[in-house]
Amino acid sequence: MIINGVTIDATFAEAFPMKATRAIITAQNEKWAMISAQAMTGFATSVIACGCESGIERVLDPSETPDGRPGVSIMIFAMGGKSLAKQLETRAGQCVLTSPTSALFAGIDGGIRVPLGKNLRYFGDGFQVSKQIGGKRYWRIPVMDGEFLAEATTGQVDAIGGGNFLVLAESQPQALAACEAAIEEMRKIPNVIMPFPGGIVRSGSKVGSKYKALNASTNDAFCPTLKGMTKTDLSPEIESVMEIVIDGLTKEDIAKAMWMGIQAVCDLGADNGIKRISAGNYGGKLGPFHFHLQEIMA
Amino acid sequence: MSALTFTLKHRPDQRVDMSPLVCHHLKELALADIAALTLQSGNLKLRVDELFTIDGSDAQNIIIKNSVDKLDFIGKELDGGCISVTGDAGAYLGFGMKSGEIKVSGNAGLYAACEMKKGYLEVSGNAGDFLGAALPGNKMGMKGGTILVKGNVGERAGDHMRRGNILIEGNAGDYCGSRMTAGTIAVMGQTGRYLGYAMRRGTLLLWNQPQLSASFNDCGAHTLAFLPILFASFKSLNSRFAEASIAFDRVQRYAGDMSEMGRGEVLAKL
Repeated sequence: MIINGVTIDATFAEAFPMKATRAIITAQNEKWAMISAQAMTGFATSVIACGCESGIERVLDPSETPDGRPGVSIMIFAMGGKSLAKQLETRAGQCVLTSPTSALFAGIDGGIRVPLGKNLRYFGDGFQVSKQIGGKRYWRIPVMDGEFLAEATTGQVDAIGGGNFLVLAESQPQALAACEAAIEEMRKIPNVIMPFPGGIVRSGSKVGSKYKALNASTNDAFCPTLKGMTKTDLSPEIESVMEIVIDGLTKEDIAKAMWMGIQAVCDLGADNGIKRISAGNYGGKLGPFHFHLQEIMA
Repeated sequence: MSALTFTLKHRPDQRVDMSPLVCHHLKELALADIAALTLQSGNLKLRVDELFTIDGSDAQNIIIKNSVDKLDFIGKELDGGCISVTGDAGAYLGFGMKSGEIKVSGNAGLYAACEMKKGYLEVSGNAGDFLGAALPGNKMGMKGGTILVKGNVGERAGDHMRRGNILIEGNAGDYCGSRMTAGTIAVMGQTGRYLGYAMRRGTLLLWNQPQLSASFNDCGAHTLAFLPILFASFKSLNSRFAEASIAFDRVQRYAGDMSEMGRGEVLAKL
């Protein structure tokens, strides 16, 4: 398959089941809601070393937030319910509770309930106040700038992590420009996050390593500087490869985001140095969800 | 199906215990069986059809017409369904109700919504003393649900209240929120003396500056983030509480009752 001079490989992205939750952070203005959201979703690019994958889903209009203030919707993905709950609690406690004027609300009403403000309330040292409003419990925790308001729980749902595609370009600036265009389009899709810095990862990994302590290492088949040293997957003209990783609530959400992203890359086309789109997989043995690039783009 | 309607034939001489006439008791009964039920009135047992003419068949939707203040225990332990009362209700309206909805077009007597657990109770007129309170000797009053009174309420509203909302469009008598354990009482009108007497936790939300006892301490003026959410939850009500113009988030906060646990609060609109 070739779109606008860009070859779409007959391969698939391999994704695996995860647990996910969503939280809504509000603040006095969008600037402070975003600062808090960025802190909460920081150091959460890959479950390999961060414990979770997290990102900003979108900016919310005041009319969309529970308290009528500007807000930001964030999502956290983890391999299991326990690790998700732990990550949510520590991140909420250290990044949102501490952030000036912030408030924290559930972003998923159904699903298994996991603590959001439920345990943070103990920071109130006995001065915390519970309010049950419209069937939901909120905690009012006295803090130095006034009160931190947090909904007691949010919902945990089954989700999918590890959707991806690779952009193979003739130069590094061209690969980056294409990925930036893709991310701009993909951020318009709800229910997905692209957890890596700016949504783009330049250090895609393979499973395993020659070093026993490591369970992942550089994806040498796609490293352009190793073309003459390893069993490469790159043709001579490819000088740079970048990857976009997608976590989403459903298979459809990820497929839609992949389509939007790949289409944006292909719109730049071969004239802008984009030669191929490929995807990362482990031979289909690890993850039950397979996103075939050519099926998505058909 | 039309609503099951009980129309009072005449004002009873003695008070009448209406507790058998609730939705979950009547849903399996034929009209003749309902007519044969007995209601305690003083030391007499009266058949339902001696007191009421009965129409309709939908037991999940009961209407009591021409009601007077001698009909006690209307909607006692109601567990689903809707009861509409045209006229006044006697004492213990919605006593221990578990779910469902009760609406009274007139006034309600003593102990309305006493020990209510869940559901919605609306009184278009005034309500008597001990609204949403506990029975004498009991430690837990209202445990959940919402009470809306469009008129005034008597003394001791929310006595021993544990959870839920009491919304009062008019004035509240003395000892409003006394011995509250938690929950919210909102009063648009004036409040009487001894507001929040011995309250442990909970919120008294006021539109007018109260007369507070010395055991309430001023915590200053604040903008509280939970208030917009609280007011938003009232939007579906047929009440002035649903109007956006009455909402506020800036309050003077008083903590008390310091002679008790002192974790309660009086929030007066600024």
